Amino acid sequence: MTSSTAKSAFWSGMRHGAPFLLVVAPFALLFGVVATEAGLNVAEVMGFSVLVIAGAAQFTAVQMMLDQAPTVMVLLAALAVNLRMAMYSAALTPHLGGAPLWQRAVMAYATVDQSYAISVARFETHPDMTLGEKVAYFMGTMALIAPAWYAITLAGALMGRSIPPEFALDFAVPITFLALIAPALRTLAHVAAAAVSVVVALALSGLPSNSGLLVAAAAAMTAGAQVEKWQERRRT
Amino acid sequence: MTQGHAEIWLIILVLGLGTFLIRFSFLGLVGRRPLPAWALRYLRYTPVAVLPGLIAPQVIWPPATGGAPDPARMAAALVTLGVGWVTKNVIFAIGSGAATLYAGLWLLG
Repeated sequence: MTSSTAKSAFWSGMRHGAPFLLVVAPFALLFGVVATEAGLNVAEVMGFSVLVIAGAAQFTAVQMMLDQAPTVMVLLAALAVNLRMAMYSAALTPHLGGAPLWQRAVMAYATVDQSYAISVARFETHPDMTLGEKVAYFMGTMALIAPAWYAITLAGALMGRSIPPEFALDFAVPITFLALIAPALRTLAHVAAAAVSVVVALALSGLPSNSGLLVAAAAAMTAGAQVEKWQERRRT
Repeated sequence: MTQGHAEIWLIILVLGLGTFLIRFSFLGLVGRRPLPAWALRYLRYTPVAVLPGLIAPQVIWPPATGGAPDPARMAAALVTLGVGWVTKNVIFAIGSGAATLYAGLWLLG
């Protein structure tokens, strides 16, 4: 019945996801290289990209391990980076919540920055889409991105050890994160959060087990939320 | 790193499961209930709260130079941030930062 429209929704999702390969590919390659340089073997590098499939959290985990952080701190920092996905999950539920459980589980696995952003934008401008079309569209957005994420991570992992130290790969993660953060500094609240994060993390960098980072993150989230609230109140 | 292979796998599995549960939270467990405004207000800032603090010590005291501040790395960080902020283009920012880093290391090294 709706299989032909679902098929075309899948293809549209795939077409709309394709341009994001330009962003995903370099991150995947860099993760493969950096994680391998850090001492992970190919299976472990691929374990991250297949089972976690969340770039910023993967880089965070590897960086924390390089900083000699204990396992619990590695996990807390990486999970904190992924907390934003609860927001994605809540935003997708009105559109996709009616799907069967197994489809919702697959879509949860496939919820990343790109699939969320592309799909929510589409669902809001096309309110007449059926549930089946929405599910197909969402899966379509990841049809190229997920396989590319795996394959290009693998390419990076295989290249990893052949890259000489002159390339200063120690600085690949800081540059990548700065590049991710800069465009996100859209509002005063985002700037305040980032500034508090930096200042507190530097001030507490002497604390054992990188625990200063968690304090810095909590303080920064509070700063962002408070500035936002304060600005809202001033506007009204 | 202090982790052996068993601990690395533990990190992968727990991080994978934890991330899945965050993604599945509303879609699979809570259902059609909107996040309260205060929670959204905090969640909006999670990446920008964690990532800057994670890398700030690397920028100021890079382990590669034994913790001594390094002009090449500092300049690369500033250029990446500046280009990313002005162009809003992640890939362009990474390219400019890497170019600055290599130019700086070549000039100063």
